[in-house]
Amino acid sequence: MAFVPGQPVTAVVQRIEIHKLRQGDNLILGFSIGGGIDQDPTQNPFSEDKTDKGIYVTRVTEGGPAEVAGLQIGDKIMQVNGWDMTMVTHDQARKRLTKRNEEVVRLLVTRQSLQKAVQQSMLS
Amino acid sequence: MTSRASPRTWRTAPTWTAPATWVWPWAWPWPSWPSSPPWPSSSSRSCCGGGSWSPAAPPPPPPLLLLPQLLWREELEPCGTPCEGLFISVAFKLLILLLGSWALFFRRPKAFFPRVFVFRALLMVLVFLLVVSYWLFYGVRILDSRDRNYRAVVQFAVSLVDALLFVHYLAVVLLELRQLQPQFTLKAVRSADGPSRFYNVGHLSIQRAAVWILENYYHDFPVYNPALLNLPKSVLSKKMSGFKVYSLGEENSTNNSTGQSRAVIAAAARRRDNSHNEFYYEEAEHERRVRKRRARLVVAVEEAFTHIKRLQEEEQKNPREIMDPREAAQAIFASMARAMQKYLRTTKQQPYHTMESILQHLEFCITHDMTPKAFLERYLTAGPTIQYHKDRWLAKQWTLVSEEPVTNGLKDGVVFVLKRQDFSLVVSTKKIPFFKLSEEFVDPKSHKFIMRLQSETSV
Repeated sequence: MAFVPGQPVTAVVQRIEIHKLRQGDNLILGFSIGGGIDQDPTQNPFSEDKTDKGIYVTRVTEGGPAEVAGLQIGDKIMQVNGWDMTMVTHDQARKRLTKRNEEVVRLLVTRQSLQKAVQQSMLS
Repeated sequence: MTSRASPRTWRTAPTWTAPATWVWPWAWPWPSWPSSPPWPSSSSRSCCGGGSWSPAAPPPPPPLLLLPQLLWREELEPCGTPCEGLFISVAFKLLILLLGSWALFFRRPKAFFPRVFVFRALLMVLVFLLVVSYWLFYGVRILDSRDRNYRAVVQFAVSLVDALLFVHYLAVVLLELRQLQPQFTLKAVRSADGPSRFYNVGHLSIQRAAVWILENYYHDFPVYNPALLNLPKSVLSKKMSGFKVYSLGEENSTNNSTGQSRAVIAAAARRRDNSHNEFYYEEAEHERRVRKRRARLVVAVEEAFTHIKRLQEEEQKNPREIMDPREAAQAIFASMARAMQKYLRTTKQQPYHTMESILQHLEFCITHDMTPKAFLERYLTAGPTIQYHKDRWLAKQWTLVSEEPVTNGLKDGVVFVLKRQDFSLVVSTKKIPFFKLSEEFVDPKSHKFIMRLQSETSV
């Protein structure tokens, strides 16, 4: 997932559709995010390239809607409902995920294992 | 409106005109009554309070020294160098006392106060008692018994002078120093159009605080312009068109009147009123007009100032072409006169500036090499009252209206009013709070920073 500034980013992504769960007054997705262009990228334990300022999944609650939909810890979120998440601040990312009138969020996520899987299938 | 009795207002009119024509001679204050109008008038009382000695006041030191010499010179023991030293010290102390008393008590006052200056009166009483008691002792111990020890007499006189000096020191503290430490904040608001200022003063009586406020009023408050007071007529014209109130079958209508008027006011307040709209647009239009005229004025003045320049020493010019500042001002005034007049009329300032005053100011600015902007600062903003021509705008007659006696000291919550014919200054007092300062030591090496850890948000 290394990127060259100014060039388009290509990645193998997986589509994940999460249905939000209503808990009292809130709609929750059941995971935690970290990262963003205003954060320190060197602290990110999940990224391969320590200058990557994207949004990463840091925790997935057991049995929550995200786990059910197939989201895994360490995933990098590329898009949320069509909105780009590779160049956003932490707060913007949070807002895009927690819009009150959206019941379903469709994410495009990428992870290391996907890339490897594609490479292996191309080789074989 | 108020059910209580009307407050006792202490109304007297101080005038700032020159004090009464007597000059109180500070020779050794021999008993003499001032030749000015006597006690009853309160304004002269304040002057006399400054320098009154009752007719029986005995004079201080020098006679103490002179009387033994005059009366029983032959019997006195000779007194050598110590006495001479004491004479010199008495002379200098008396000189200083003289100058100091003149400075404190007998200088020409800057204002006429309506009441006696309490501290001064008390100090005078104190000095009087002091001198009387010294003379009593002197009369009994020395004159009666014809003491031969002249040195004792001289030391007695020196001690009187020292005591007087200490009283003078007390007077300095009470009259001059006590008011300097800020203890109260006075808020002065002009009742007619609203500008207000805050001042810090120390312990003062109400009348002295009033004079202090007036001294600051003339250079702090913008000049009072009655033409700027009223809302334009178009805004105020359609006001409450009156509701008619009918009383159905009521016998006594007297106690319904307040109820009726309240009902009318409440109904009018609920009715939709669009006059604020008109006010807003009028104001915006006026702003635009003023700005346009001001731009024209600034350009005209700038251009006018480019027409003249100072003659350098080494240039040789035809004597006919050399002008003094007055002529230079007249030469360039014509080109800016019209723009200036229109601007002053739009901002309703034209009563304050006559053509002569503008010419004089222009001459002044040319003499001191001022730029057009410096010339214009006087006209673009309304300045303080003292800036304008004295006769027209500087009033000297103010009335002090107060519910408490004006010689009382300032306290928290005291309100007094300084009145003129067309507006008044309402002054209220607040005590400066007691500050508790605590100390915190910051080690310069303790300023350390780290990068913020990734924040994690759960969604």
